[in-house]
Amino acid sequence: MKVSEQDQILLKPVEQTTKRFWITAAILFSIWFIGFLAYLRQFHSGLGVTGLSRPTYWGIYITNFVFFIGISHAGTLISAILRISQAEWRRAITRSAEVITVMVLLFGVGNILIDLGRPDRMLNVIKHPHFTSPLLWDVTSITCYLTASSIYLYLPLIPDIARLRDRGVKWQRFYRILALGWQETPKQKRILERLISIMAVVVIPIAVSVHTVVSYVFSMTIQPMWHSAIFGPYFVVGAIFSGIAALMIAMAIIRKVYRLEEYLKEIHFNYLGILLLVMSLLWFYFTFSEYLTVFYGNEPLEMEIFRSKMSGPYAFYFWMMVGCCFVIPFVILANRKTRTVRGTVIASIAVTIGMWLERFTIVVPSLVNPRLPYVRGIYHPTLVEFAITAGCFAAFILLYMIFTKIFPIVSIWEIEEGRESSLQEVHERVKGYLPGMGGKSE
Amino acid sequence: MTRWGMVIDLDKCSACQACVVACQSENNVAPPNQELHEQGRSIHWIRVLPTFEGTFPHFRMRLFPLPCLHCDNPPCTKVCPVSATYKSEEGIIGQIFSRCIGCRYCTTACPYTVREFNWKKPVWPEEMKPIRNRDVSIRPKGVVEKCTLCTHRLQKGREKARVEGREMIPEDYIPACVEVCPSQAMIFGDLDDPESEVSKLVRSRRAFRLMEDLGTEPKVIYLSEGGGD
Repeated sequence: MKVSEQDQILLKPVEQTTKRFWITAAILFSIWFIGFLAYLRQFHSGLGVTGLSRPTYWGIYITNFVFFIGISHAGTLISAILRISQAEWRRAITRSAEVITVMVLLFGVGNILIDLGRPDRMLNVIKHPHFTSPLLWDVTSITCYLTASSIYLYLPLIPDIARLRDRGVKWQRFYRILALGWQETPKQKRILERLISIMAVVVIPIAVSVHTVVSYVFSMTIQPMWHSAIFGPYFVVGAIFSGIAALMIAMAIIRKVYRLEEYLKEIHFNYLGILLLVMSLLWFYFTFSEYLTVFYGNEPLEMEIFRSKMSGPYAFYFWMMVGCCFVIPFVILANRKTRTVRGTVIASIAVTIGMWLERFTIVVPSLVNPRLPYVRGIYHPTLVEFAITAGCFAAFILLYMIFTKIFPIVSIWEIEEGRESSLQEVHERVKGYLPGMGGKSE
Repeated sequence: MTRWGMVIDLDKCSACQACVVACQSENNVAPPNQELHEQGRSIHWIRVLPTFEGTFPHFRMRLFPLPCLHCDNPPCTKVCPVSATYKSEEGIIGQIFSRCIGCRYCTTACPYTVREFNWKKPVWPEEMKPIRNRDVSIRPKGVVEKCTLCTHRLQKGREKARVEGREMIPEDYIPACVEVCPSQAMIFGDLDDPESEVSKLVRSRRAFRLMEDLGTEPKVIYLSEGGGD
């Protein structure tokens, strides 16, 4: 299988490694290493090195866990939904989204393990499972999700791996094994297409379940402002929201670094920007419902937490979250003139920060103000926690970069297929929608 | 079936904290130090909880000795992913320290905040080490611990009764805090036995449970002040 002249640029990152790549990789590796040292320290001396204490038993590790699992919805929802709805503009962006899903899930799970007081006993979850615990539902559904989304990432990679194999680039054996003898016969193609569409359908409900269950970890308890039925959908919407934002940041970086302006066009950012705007409005709707019902009900214990978020010690985080998740993206994205690549990326960065803050303002204030009035404790994360968090982010970016060095980050065969057949197909399809055009009706 | 419970008479309680000290030494809870205390990390399986009602000058302070309340409908046991915390047949909420993975879900689910976490390896002064209780395991860092109503004493009492070839009597099993209470404000026994002292007291008008509206059904029941018996 040959890669056409015009698509050569997609293979360039795999075949050539610039000095800039090594420098960035070295910096990220150092940050990861510092985080790793911080974790060793925590492992050795216990969670006492964090800022957690009675009654704030959960802090930024749990925030990171919820945040990372949320980001993972980029791949599934963007790639699977767009694939199912036959949105042709998806072709250039699906892979970069799917990679985010798989990699970020590892860090979501990783943060839970970091948060455990006895990580050496983590296998007890399998040895002594207790099925009424929402944490066990989490383990089950995240494992499913990681498996399904890895398969969903791998399947569309096969034809591209075969292209790399046929070019005879370095690590021949590696690509040969992974290509599974792909020869692009019509039969193989048919099976692959079928598998991809099955996986796309399978992955969506799993993704929804994952974030619903993550929210259940909080809402199944009777803690004030956690015990809320809206948490399931609220978390799913937030997850898709932050997922789209993360995807756009990744796309903008890939586009700039690998000069893929021809593939990741303004139009992609425009469309995704509109999606982000819709999610931002939905997010506002959910946040508004959540807080208005609490305020109107005026239960003393809930109001204490409510006030700590509105005007108390957590007001800064809360209002910054509202600014980042609603005000900034709304102003930028509602206006066509500012819905450019730069505009959408600024909005996306704001959303990512805002969604992290959202997780934080859900987890911490409820724990700081427990029902019994005698224990209170303001939570301040320590350097160890910051270092480990930075390490996680650095490691995620590093792994993502390494992925772009091993596999093409834009799906080559899907672009080719788009050029060859989908123009014709879309033409036919649109004709089919219209009365009196003689297109085939289904 | 036996259902162990405790009654704490707030009229008799002088908040002397003898129960706190007794619990500390009975259950090998490492002595608290200034640093841990300031960080909010000192461990107590029972503490004296102050509550304040009203504002000055119409002001009242109440003091509740607060162990784990051993709820009949416990929020903590449901959420544990590894069954490290469980409700025994006799209603005691137990904790398997060697199984706990330290996820602290039970501590966040407990509305009474009576579960404790070992943030660091517990430290004893050298001279206190020989007097630790050999019946109770020493918890490592990273696990959750809590009041178990001194279940090791239940085991001991049961074995003693069996060796002596008789039925268990109330004196065979008394938790350390109840045993030392100088004003006998704490009474322990079988809630299901209509003749026991606790079940009589539970039926008194003064009996109330902490945050009863949550539906957790605690088996530690308080008698409010003003009884004047």
